[in-house]
Amino acid sequence: MTFAITVTGLRKSFGDHLVLDGLDLNVKRGNVFSLLGANGAGKTTTVNILSTLLSADAGAVRIAGHDLASEPDAVRASIGVTGQFSAVDNLLTGEENLLLMADLHHLPRRDRRRRAAELLEQFDLVDAAKKPASAYSGGMRRRLDLAMTLVGSPSVIFLDEPTTGLDPRSRRAMWQIVRELVSSGVTIFLTTQYLDEADELADRIAVLDHGRLVAEGTPDELKRRIPGGHVRLRFADQHGLDMAERLLREASRESDALALRVPSDGSLRALKGLIDLLDGQAIEVDELSVHTPDLDDVFLALTEQKVTTR
Amino acid sequence: MSTMTLALTDSATMLRRNLKRMLRYPSMTVLLVGMPIIFLLLFVFVFGGTLGAGIGGPSGGRAEYVNYVTPAIILMTIMSAVQGTSISVAMDMTEGIVARFRTMAIARVSVLTGHVVGSVIQAMLGITAVIAVALLIGFRPTAGFGGWLALTGVLVLMSFAFVWLAVALGLASKTVEGASNVGMPLVLLPFLGSGFVPTDSMPTVLRWFAEYQPFTPFIETLRGLLMGTPIGNNAVIALGWGVVITLVGYLWAKRLFNREA
Repeated sequence: MTFAITVTGLRKSFGDHLVLDGLDLNVKRGNVFSLLGANGAGKTTTVNILSTLLSADAGAVRIAGHDLASEPDAVRASIGVTGQFSAVDNLLTGEENLLLMADLHHLPRRDRRRRAAELLEQFDLVDAAKKPASAYSGGMRRRLDLAMTLVGSPSVIFLDEPTTGLDPRSRRAMWQIVRELVSSGVTIFLTTQYLDEADELADRIAVLDHGRLVAEGTPDELKRRIPGGHVRLRFADQHGLDMAERLLREASRESDALALRVPSDGSLRALKGLIDLLDGQAIEVDELSVHTPDLDDVFLALTEQKVTTR
Repeated sequence: MSTMTLALTDSATMLRRNLKRMLRYPSMTVLLVGMPIIFLLLFVFVFGGTLGAGIGGPSGGRAEYVNYVTPAIILMTIMSAVQGTSISVAMDMTEGIVARFRTMAIARVSVLTGHVVGSVIQAMLGITAVIAVALLIGFRPTAGFGGWLALTGVLVLMSFAFVWLAVALGLASKTVEGASNVGMPLVLLPFLGSGFVPTDSMPTVLRWFAEYQPFTPFIETLRGLLMGTPIGNNAVIALGWGVVITLVGYLWAKRLFNREA
């Protein structure tokens, strides 16, 4: 079995609101798969269905070799879920939360404390172990949350927007933790609305828009789908803009500034050619910037059409 | 692990969780036990003189009324404890940890049984405190060892029944504030029964209601076991109500808990 998660034709509506419209995806074992989408695209619904919290209206799902509909308990035994909202018991201490998980996973008595201590160490929570979770900061709470998910050593982990609302330092710490998890061989299904996060962590990215996948591939494949980068030229006055526009036929005007976008691969040779051309006509350029496509462009390009047609 | 052992192990784990939570948040327990004690003192010392005289009996007055009203206050202690159950169940449902429990391969019902057993223990502690205070202010039960044993059994059954109902009410309420109100009728119902005054002193319609509502057989059974007053068929009716309320509460709670969020 090479796939940890296979999803075919997944559909879900709430009343007459269609949330998932025939989702297909495959996640290889040991990979980080990122589901990317704006708020309301259906990311959390997908995670809730895959983690057995919600039932699907149609479609087949297999996780870690088990059929979701017929063997939900076998699926539950192989997954770990860290949802968008913190799933810790606020009245218990960090250590008690971990021991609670150890008990619910029926770990042998001698292993409970060892496992809890290991995780407190790994997630840098040793000093806070005896404090109630209600006294934890946002970052600590997420770490405890994830540590609780790992108590049962799941082979597939769902992370639903794991860094939403975290400060940059906690965010990087969380990324580091995810990388370490991957190196230990688990499969991670990550949802995020941050493109840099998907770019940073994911082996494959799927872009979800209004309940459908609009693109899927490696971060590089997705970036390649967007036709080349461009050079942005900003001019001091209308005259310069007009002259340059006549000169550079393939350029397009930016609506709200005295600026042109010239398609370009951003190479030194192409830039030199462009500068020589402008210089030859003595056109004054205020500012020149080279823009290579990133996932933001991919995301906007893929979801833009829908926005304008709505 | 068999389904039954799994359910028992997980329920024990959840019970430990709930007992720890009660210890961490003791103000709730203090409030829930304190309220019936205040009612006991209020009824005995403020109304007791007059009400006791109205009841008659060998000694009359306040001393007579302590013996009459304590069973009602004991029942009120259970109702007070189960209000706490509704609130803590509703609070639990708003927290992410219950969603986590749902994604784990555990006996699902243990999330609820942990609350149930925890609340029954809480109710028993409350009842012990109430009886202790009642004894201090002149409550003189005539029950022997067998009577106390039977009393304990009846109280556990009643607590169990109303706790399950309270769990369902807690699950059914959309907010924690809502959950703190749904239990209110349960606290008021003992007043519309034989708890504080004999039902034959009430107007016809009220008396009819008072005699047939479940709290009257409960109170009469408790009073009979404690004070040796005639129980008649009240014990059977009380047991019947206990089983019915437990079943309704359990099935309703289970259904509500398994519905999708």
